[in-house]
Amino acid sequence: MPRIAKALLCAVWFMLLTFPVMCIQVNSIDNSVHWHFERALWLGCGVFVLALLWDWCFARKAKGQPIISFGHGLTRLAANLRGDPRCRLGGLSLLAVGMLLMPLLSSIYQTNIMIAALLYVMLALGLNIVVGLAGQLVLGYVAFYAVGAYSYGLLHQFLGWGFWTCLPVGGLLAVLFGLALGFPVLRLRGDYLAIVTLGFGEIVRLTLLNWPSLTGGPAGISNIPRPGLFGMDMDINASTIYIYYLVLAAVVLTIVVISRLKNSRVGLALQALREDEIACEAMGIDITRVKLSAFALGSCWAGFAGVIFAAKTTYINPSSFGFMESAMILSMVVLGGMGSIAGVVIAAMILILAPEYLRAFSEYRMLIFGAIMVVMMIFRPQGLVSGERRRYSITALKGTASASGQGGQA
Amino acid sequence: MRPVLEVTGLSQDFGGLRALSDLDLRVDANEIVALIGPNGAGKTTFFNCVTGIYTPTEGKMWLHHADGGKTLLNGRKPHQITALGMARTFQNIRLFSNMTVLENVMTGRHCRTRAGILGALLRDPRTRREEQESIDQSYALLEELHLQHLWNDLACNLSYGAQRRLEIARALATEPQMLLLDEPAAGMNPQETNELEALVRHIRDTRKLSILLIEHDMSMVMSLSDRIYVMEYGSCIATGKPAEVRANPRVIKAYLGESDA
Repeated sequence: MPRIAKALLCAVWFMLLTFPVMCIQVNSIDNSVHWHFERALWLGCGVFVLALLWDWCFARKAKGQPIISFGHGLTRLAANLRGDPRCRLGGLSLLAVGMLLMPLLSSIYQTNIMIAALLYVMLALGLNIVVGLAGQLVLGYVAFYAVGAYSYGLLHQFLGWGFWTCLPVGGLLAVLFGLALGFPVLRLRGDYLAIVTLGFGEIVRLTLLNWPSLTGGPAGISNIPRPGLFGMDMDINASTIYIYYLVLAAVVLTIVVISRLKNSRVGLALQALREDEIACEAMGIDITRVKLSAFALGSCWAGFAGVIFAAKTTYINPSSFGFMESAMILSMVVLGGMGSIAGVVIAAMILILAPEYLRAFSEYRMLIFGAIMVVMMIFRPQGLVSGERRRYSITALKGTASASGQGGQA
Repeated sequence: MRPVLEVTGLSQDFGGLRALSDLDLRVDANEIVALIGPNGAGKTTFFNCVTGIYTPTEGKMWLHHADGGKTLLNGRKPHQITALGMARTFQNIRLFSNMTVLENVMTGRHCRTRAGILGALLRDPRTRREEQESIDQSYALLEELHLQHLWNDLACNLSYGAQRRLEIARALATEPQMLLLDEPAAGMNPQETNELEALVRHIRDTRKLSILLIEHDMSMVMSLSDRIYVMEYGSCIATGKPAEVRANPRVIKAYLGESDA
């Protein structure tokens, strides 16, 4: 009962607050005023329901229950995918077949959207090393993406280098930029690091924008060739499909590399750095080296993604590399769950694909986006997937039941 | 006796404040030495100097090796000092809270293992063998400190006493010859303190290492330590065997204050 009263109060208060905006329509031509009292009523009803829902969600959260229960079957499926290796393999191969057949079964438009989504998956996974594993909040990640894209654009324009030469070079240049950013910010952490890296992102973008003799300025670089395949001539459709497989392969490679890295000695050092810098040093870990490797490893994927992006769009200009992109990539990492590979992949897919398929709501895109973020941070701050831990097999425990125990969930 | 840690004339200034002044300290092999003194006497500052977190203003710090050589610790970074064989725990527990107990200890193995990024990517036999060794050694350490049943829990979910022991396990994983414990018994009940005392002895006896500990629990300090250094206002006011220190009038004054009579 007090809940209903509270929700009612909420509704009335909202009706009063929004009354002037929602209910009074002034027609300035014939100097008349239209009153829309029914709108206030609708608004009140809506707010009443939402307030009840909000309250209910908090009650569930307080009791430690999930807000949305997906039903028994789906929960079990998720648990099996995590726990049972055979089920996991089955799920993965199903996904692989789906992804492989996708461009053959759907239109070029769909394939193009998917390429964009996969590129963001790659970017988000790269940033996940820096932010999720090493805990270094970087807000200018898109700068490395730009470095990759422009290195292909410029090397082709001035030296005539092809895609396959530029791919490793773009990655390498991004790594160098990552180290160049890493050195001065070694002593910074948290908010200060975020601000400096934000500035770094802007510096790169503004340099590209204001150096027309080299970068073409706001006009960018056009006529960048698509990647070739042994000199074959491909029409735009075939080329798109080719790029799709290329990106898919790159994403798979990224996932393999990052999951191996995460579970290695270096990965443990990165996570220790995230948890406690002083203790990390005291445990014999060279934090200078670990931080620089985190920057290098993270930026290299952005470099690769940048080269592929330039090849896919055949045209690049500085507006593709604004702060919004950085924020978007960071949101994917946070939404997916810091340090979790599966979570980040899912989040990147959702954040890129949802706006494409929900074009009807495009005006409200940022509104919905913000609302999702707020709700997520309140009800599931650890992200979509969390507690994804490696399982260790201990020689002394081989054969006993506890050897297969699963990591604690955060 | 062979010295392990030797500090001479150590001073540390923070702006105009002299936190440590002209401190001499020596820990011999296989010895348990306690560093006591009122709050703010500079005990933790001393630890931070020796482990390389602070750069001392004056003085020399040497770590002696089993083969007779010695290394100057001044100007070395914390991770280098750890690699030389000095490990520490922290007064306010600094575990890697969102990592499992086993992973915490494995992180301590970092400076004794070699695998790099390339090894991580290729997972060649050598890397895998090294990793399995690291896992097994870490687990053995957990068994020694009675934490083995918790190996797969997150460190933040452990009880206070277990967290303290995990910090010691993690420090031991670096294979130190000198172990610095910063208030290991803080916040423990008498029974836990007794267990800890036995554990510290056990570690010293099985590993033949030297232990320097900061502690406020006097009964533990008196029964555990071979020698005691007493600090007040950044300088050492007394040193000697527990019985000598207990009878020293300057120590009594520092702890209990002086009557004005």
